[in-house]
Amino acid sequence: MNIIVCIKQVPDTNEVKIDQKTGTLIREGVPTIMNPDDKHALIEAIKIKNKHKGKVTVISMGPPQAEEALRESLAFGADEAILLCDRAFAGSDTWATANAIGAAIKHIGNYDLLLFGRQAIDGDTAQVGPQVAEFLSLPQITYAQKIELGEGKVKVERQMEEGYEVIEAALPCLITCVSEINEIGYPSLHGIKEAYREKEVRVLSAEEIEVDKYKIGLLSSPTSVKKSFTPPAKGQGQILKGSTKEVVEKLVSILKEKEIIGAF
Amino acid sequence: MVKVKVAMQCPETQLNLGGIVLIRGNDFEDVPNMPEVQQAIDNGYLEVLKEEKNLEKKEKKEGEEVLVFAEQRHNKISRVVFELLGKARELADKLNVKTAAILLTDKDSGLSQDLINYGADKVYLAESPILKNYQTDFYTKVVSEHIRKTKPQVAIYGATHIGRDLAPRIAQRINTGLTADCTGLDITEDGLLLQTRPAFGGNLMAQIICKKHRPQMSTARPGVFKMREKDGSRKGEIVKIAANVSEKDSKLKVLEIIKEAKKKVNLEEAKIIVSGGRGLGEKKNFSLVEDLARLLKAEVGASRAAVDSGWIAKDHQVGQTGKTVRPKLYIAIGISGAIQHKAGMQNSDMVIAINKDSSAPIFEVADYGIVGDLFKVVPELINELKK
Repeated sequence: MNIIVCIKQVPDTNEVKIDQKTGTLIREGVPTIMNPDDKHALIEAIKIKNKHKGKVTVISMGPPQAEEALRESLAFGADEAILLCDRAFAGSDTWATANAIGAAIKHIGNYDLLLFGRQAIDGDTAQVGPQVAEFLSLPQITYAQKIELGEGKVKVERQMEEGYEVIEAALPCLITCVSEINEIGYPSLHGIKEAYREKEVRVLSAEEIEVDKYKIGLLSSPTSVKKSFTPPAKGQGQILKGSTKEVVEKLVSILKEKEIIGAF
Repeated sequence: MVKVKVAMQCPETQLNLGGIVLIRGNDFEDVPNMPEVQQAIDNGYLEVLKEEKNLEKKEKKEGEEVLVFAEQRHNKISRVVFELLGKARELADKLNVKTAAILLTDKDSGLSQDLINYGADKVYLAESPILKNYQTDFYTKVVSEHIRKTKPQVAIYGATHIGRDLAPRIAQRINTGLTADCTGLDITEDGLLLQTRPAFGGNLMAQIICKKHRPQMSTARPGVFKMREKDGSRKGEIVKIAANVSEKDSKLKVLEIIKEAKKKVNLEEAKIIVSGGRGLGEKKNFSLVEDLARLLKAEVGASRAAVDSGWIAKDHQVGQTGKTVRPKLYIAIGISGAIQHKAGMQNSDMVIAINKDSSAPIFEVADYGIVGDLFKVVPELINELKK
């Protein structure tokens, strides 16, 4: 069972702050983390490997710093790590990103299962997984909350708004995982030692994965950012003043006046 | 009747046409379409008001439509589709094209007419037993082939678990751009779709365009756009399209669809939401929020902090990573108002915030704020409401 897991290193969006003067993101000092859903995909891959034997390869596309997230994956028990790092990838939208990752997976070859996180917290698009599946003409199952491996096939519980679906797919196939799929523990001391002392992170360029250069990067991306801005603040509201009893009475009378609540 | 006026090249300053006198220099007037009038027009003595421009506005251009994917589940159109149709109409009017919907189902039991009532001019209907329930491969094939054939300018999908599975797959197949979770859609001066969406967990808004590839595709979450009133008198065209799919084309099989028995949390459609956050301190205090909600017949919401702490299930979460809501009244209790939370609730008609910290960002989006101890304010509020 050869599993390839795709991960992304992302800024911790809980810690992102806005420069009120310029309206831009303050990137300095914002910690980067392995995208949470991706981490669940990684843990699931290692779980499957431990049960069915095989190999877990982790890929990430990003700047040289993304190596940190790959080292962390190795510490959790991944066997190999590959960083897709090339200026030619910069500015890719999800279509172009999927072309690059898809080409890399083709280049690596010999896989049974591809695992992704449902979505990344910096973009929240949930698009790259299905787009890679289409690039590779593989069946896809998104929002997986449970994965069960069979002979040449996989049975997955796909989370829905009101329940779930049980879907069966032939291998190889691509699955995106939600956080409910498993609990993330800690890497072992041995794992950490191996990840930082013995294992390597292999770097691949656009040329090496033989991707069409007209399918990657900023200029090839169908979508482009025209403008970005900080969300406009709503006009300042009114702070009700007085004792607890007074403010509550005031509030209830406002709600009645505006006919938001009826008489009780 | 025709609208005419005396043409500049007419040698006379006035024309008598079978008793009707027209004077040069006057504006267009309605005259009966008599032989005399027709002759004067043919001579070039009369100028006819060209109504083509007006006609164009009434008669929408064929093709290059704005297309909405009409998601159905258990033979019921998902509410988000009606919301999208309202927005699609707005875009289509600006582009002077038709609003279309594409519906995949086993048998149309009046769903097409529903779509028309909510704004579709045209419904493309693919009927086949194989299309009864959503299945990635079959739906991708039918919708992609339809898009390739009819070339819509814009295609919109609900950002549901179905839409977010389908839309990216289609985008990659037909090689076009796709923008997820748009909170605003508009048409630029150049006729491009301007897609506004939150980025970096709602810390930033980005406006995205797709210049060269068609259709321009977006997804939008339920509750983001306002639904139009249903208009039962609207008429539209239903066009049947082929469903060229067969079981053997797919390596996927949906074995079961399981509806969970748990009470459905319907935040998107709620009129009133009472939400709790970190300020509640511990799990058992969440009952305060639930008591108030019960009294107001409201749904219970929560911030990410409350959900992450395990005080309440994830389907109650409001915010960028949770649900987007727009109730008439949103009461935020002990919620500081991180940007990612505000992103999910700032479109509420009225927001009331109760928090002990007067500098909490939630007050920036509140219409009415109470700075105080929630453990005093909320019980008092419950008492007052019970009166």
